[in-house]
Amino acid sequence: MIKFFLMVNKQGQTRLSKYYEHVEISKRTLLETEVIKSCLSRSNEQCSFIEFKDFKLIYRQYAALFIVVGVNDTENEMAIYEFIHNFVEVLDEYFSRVVNNV
Amino acid sequence: MPAVSKGDGMRGLAVFISDIRNCKSKEAEIKRINKELANIRSKFKGDKALDGYSKKKYVCKLLFIFLLGHDIDFGHMEAVNLLSSNKYTEKQIGYLFISVLVNSNSELIRLINNAIKNDLASRNPTFMCLALHCIANVGSREMGEAFAADIPRILVAGDSMDSVKQSAALCLLRLYKASPDLVPMGEWTARVVHLLNDQHMGVVTAAVSLITCLCKKNPDDFKTCISLAVSRLSRIVSSASTDLQDYTYYFVPAPWLSVKLLRLLQCYPPPEDAAVKGRLVECLETVLNKAQEPPKSKKVQHSNAKNAILFETISLIIHYDSEPNLLVRACNQLGQFLQHRETNLRYLALESMCTLASSEFSHEAVKTHIDTVINALKTERDVSVRQRAADLLYAMCDRSNAKQIVSEMLRYLETADYAIREEIVLKVAILAEKYAVDYSWYVDTILNLIRIAGDYVSEEVWYRVLQIVTNRDDVQGYAAKTVFEALQAPACHENMVKVGGYILGEFGNLIAGDPRSSPPVQFSLLHSKFHLCSVATRALLLSTYIKFINLFPETKATIQGVLRAGSQLRNADVELQQRAVEYLTLSSVASTDVLATVLEEMPPFPERESSILAKLKRKKGPGAGSALDDGRRDASSNDINGGVEPTPSTVSTPSPSADLLGLRAAPPPAAPPATSGAGNLLVDVFSDGPAAQPSLGPTPEEAFLSELEPPAPESPMALLADPAPAADPGPEDIGPPIPEADELLNKFVCKNNGVLFENQLLQIGVKSEFRQNLGRMYLFYGNKTSVQFQNFSPTVVHPGDLQTQLAVQTKRVAAQVDGGAQVQQVLNIECLRDFLTPPLLSVRFRYGGAPQALTLKLPVTINKFFQPTEMAAQDFFQRWKQLSLPQQEAQKIFKANHPMDAEVTKAKLLGFGSALLDNVDPNPENFVGAGIIQTKALQVGCLLRLEPNAQAQMYRLTLRTSKEPVSRHLCELLAQQF
Repeated sequence: MIKFFLMVNKQGQTRLSKYYEHVEISKRTLLETEVIKSCLSRSNEQCSFIEFKDFKLIYRQYAALFIVVGVNDTENEMAIYEFIHNFVEVLDEYFSRVVNNV
Repeated sequence: MPAVSKGDGMRGLAVFISDIRNCKSKEAEIKRINKELANIRSKFKGDKALDGYSKKKYVCKLLFIFLLGHDIDFGHMEAVNLLSSNKYTEKQIGYLFISVLVNSNSELIRLINNAIKNDLASRNPTFMCLALHCIANVGSREMGEAFAADIPRILVAGDSMDSVKQSAALCLLRLYKASPDLVPMGEWTARVVHLLNDQHMGVVTAAVSLITCLCKKNPDDFKTCISLAVSRLSRIVSSASTDLQDYTYYFVPAPWLSVKLLRLLQCYPPPEDAAVKGRLVECLETVLNKAQEPPKSKKVQHSNAKNAILFETISLIIHYDSEPNLLVRACNQLGQFLQHRETNLRYLALESMCTLASSEFSHEAVKTHIDTVINALKTERDVSVRQRAADLLYAMCDRSNAKQIVSEMLRYLETADYAIREEIVLKVAILAEKYAVDYSWYVDTILNLIRIAGDYVSEEVWYRVLQIVTNRDDVQGYAAKTVFEALQAPACHENMVKVGGYILGEFGNLIAGDPRSSPPVQFSLLHSKFHLCSVATRALLLSTYIKFINLFPETKATIQGVLRAGSQLRNADVELQQRAVEYLTLSSVASTDVLATVLEEMPPFPERESSILAKLKRKKGPGAGSALDDGRRDASSNDINGGVEPTPSTVSTPSPSADLLGLRAAPPPAAPPATSGAGNLLVDVFSDGPAAQPSLGPTPEEAFLSELEPPAPESPMALLADPAPAADPGPEDIGPPIPEADELLNKFVCKNNGVLFENQLLQIGVKSEFRQNLGRMYLFYGNKTSVQFQNFSPTVVHPGDLQTQLAVQTKRVAAQVDGGAQVQQVLNIECLRDFLTPPLLSVRFRYGGAPQALTLKLPVTINKFFQPTEMAAQDFFQRWKQLSLPQQEAQKIFKANHPMDAEVTKAKLLGFGSALLDNVDPNPENFVGAGIIQTKALQVGCLLRLEPNAQAQMYRLTLRTSKEPVSRHLCELLAQQF
């Protein structure tokens, strides 16, 4: 199950966040900071899945933008990984050149 | 915002936003916002009625201001007005504002709910969708209460549009997740399942998500979804890559829907219907076949989507764990991925393979990849992938490859990331113990562990090696030799000193023959480490020294010198000082015989579950995705790994408590009161020093000393009084309870007085009373013959862990019981904490020269410590709800063994100890009770409910307590009474 969906840029600014489980606003900021920190510390050789607390992060990077999905452990990592790309394609179709606009 | 501003230009809004963006400073921004707020306020308050467009524009501005982080305290009413507009864009902005800014403002909620209700009933699909999205986005309990009943209707209505059904399914899912109790199950559930057949793929996708969530709570209601899901899946899997048009993603038909369907099927066991099962197996095979076909596209998106389906298929195959052929194929497929150039695939392959390793069908197949996995452990650049590889090695380990895997993990440990070292240490320790063929290898491995990663070797690990060495005399000599060698390293880890100190203190004599490890050499080696060690280790070493005095009398003078040194005798640390004083005195005043008894080698530890395993389970926590966490997998992995375990885990209680060595579990010999002078002498030794309290949770280090400590405050002299009391039954020579013991015990669950046992020779009567956590029991032993019983000795024994749970003090009785006479024995009982097994009563005597022995279960069950609690119905239900975790409840449905009489039942329940509560259960036939179990350590609140069914001659008994084992145990006890 997806817990949250985040778009964060390299500077750590959240561009979009959607939570599918209740998380207090004050805790969201903290969570988002930690999430982006752990994504930024990864290299290209590392896999796109991070075990984070009691759930998993699945992330992809598009230029300076990270899209990160938090899921619980019954979720299919590959499906989410590709879902992120699908989402980006949809945005791109709708807004055209989405990555540059964000 | 190109899409919005193009067609529907709210120019004012666009201007305002660009003004804000152009502000040079925070102050300028605030000024601009305040100006705008004033403007909007005046518009809203003005006499002129605003048209829909203006309202929408101003509400939009307010929303934008709110999103910038400013408080908005007006405009809600205007937003609510927009909800009833007939224009989509106005309604949409109204809903947007409500979804973002709604709070439980009571009057507004009523208006909002009204508007939503109208839209839901409007039959305009767009409006219905807006309303459904708003309900889902807010998702509050109030919304749920207002609409949870309507949405299922919309979902299954024949005339709902596809987009509405899709939204309704997702909205219902959201409400169900937020407050499951609000969503009523009903006849609509069957119709929801049929949405899996819907023409519209969006509806199917939404429905699968909803059903997957609902069926977890009510699997039977949704069982029919299996065949529908299988046929849907089969249609997708076998469709050509262009059949599904919009739902084809880079030539893969409906990848996400396929994954969801496969996931739904994992909520159920394999289909029972052979045709359905055949079709499903065919699907799974098709997916596996496709993985081998050349890709239809070179794009990575194509292969990613395909692999997502493949991994979910493999999960389902593992979940079924019944098709050997598929399991092996899955394993081979994952084997290919292990060497794939994509890190993601290697990671996922390792993770999946970990679960495959625990299936008996694929364990061997997984093992063939051992070299690849070891290589991954060495060469992977990503720590999380290495971690997966280590998990997999652990999962695939069995007797055949244990040595290789353990040595590879040890090697890896030297370079492993700090974060995972402790876990690797635990795993190595478990594997080494589980698959040890010869124990010298085991000892070597653990000592290596300490050498390589001493800081990460937790207490459990080194306790365990001591336990095993103590229990296996074939390895003791080797262990002594090895630790002796290990200690010779100039710098060795403190844990090594602890293990070395303990082992040499116990078994140093086994290597004392070799002049290179003669007693003085051993001692000076240990003592050279002494000053660098922590207090705990030094305390342990002092005990080693006193043991040395016994083992090697020639070291006595040296050691006494060390003990006598000011740095020991006047050590600032109380524990060290006490030990030095006591040991010094002990070694000076006690004769060699007494010393030999006091400092005898430790007895074997009782066998129990390896506490390392418990620790690893705790550490990983539930759901961490390794083969270890899952009880089921773990159990099966034990099976297939062919575990002839060196230490059979005969676990008496599942408590992962700290008493690793369970010393207190071994009953102390119940010795007669001492009369000898030697005994008194030593009592003085003990009473001189600071009070030596017997502690409850012994560390092995304490256990090491336990022979010095009085086992119970009552009989401090017991140990010395009579070194080999022939008449005293040790734990090993007590026979098993007689076959009727359980039945006899059951008779006393609900009563305190009566005849416990009777045969031709002897009658045992019981009279007992309990208050809070204390009890007193009178046992009456009647000699039914005309001949005197001799050596009559009744004793109470605590099997297993009971010693820490229940204290029973017995008074001795006369050793002779004349013919026809009766003797009385008084037992004082204290319940320390909750317990499950009753103590045993062993009665031995000689009748006409023939020894008689009899073991019974003492009628002390946990319910004796019940304190009834009266409470009102409301309180009862509140507490009942508080104890609603599944493990807090125990329930039993059983046939009545006795006539179902309400009065008898009442009496039994009262006898059981709980209060009976009237007027609580709506059904007057039912019984409801409440009470608190009083123990010294804790109180356990208990609620019970007994529902007789006179027609079926059955009862249903439900117990809820705050402790899981207590619920189960009480339920078992009480169920046998009816």
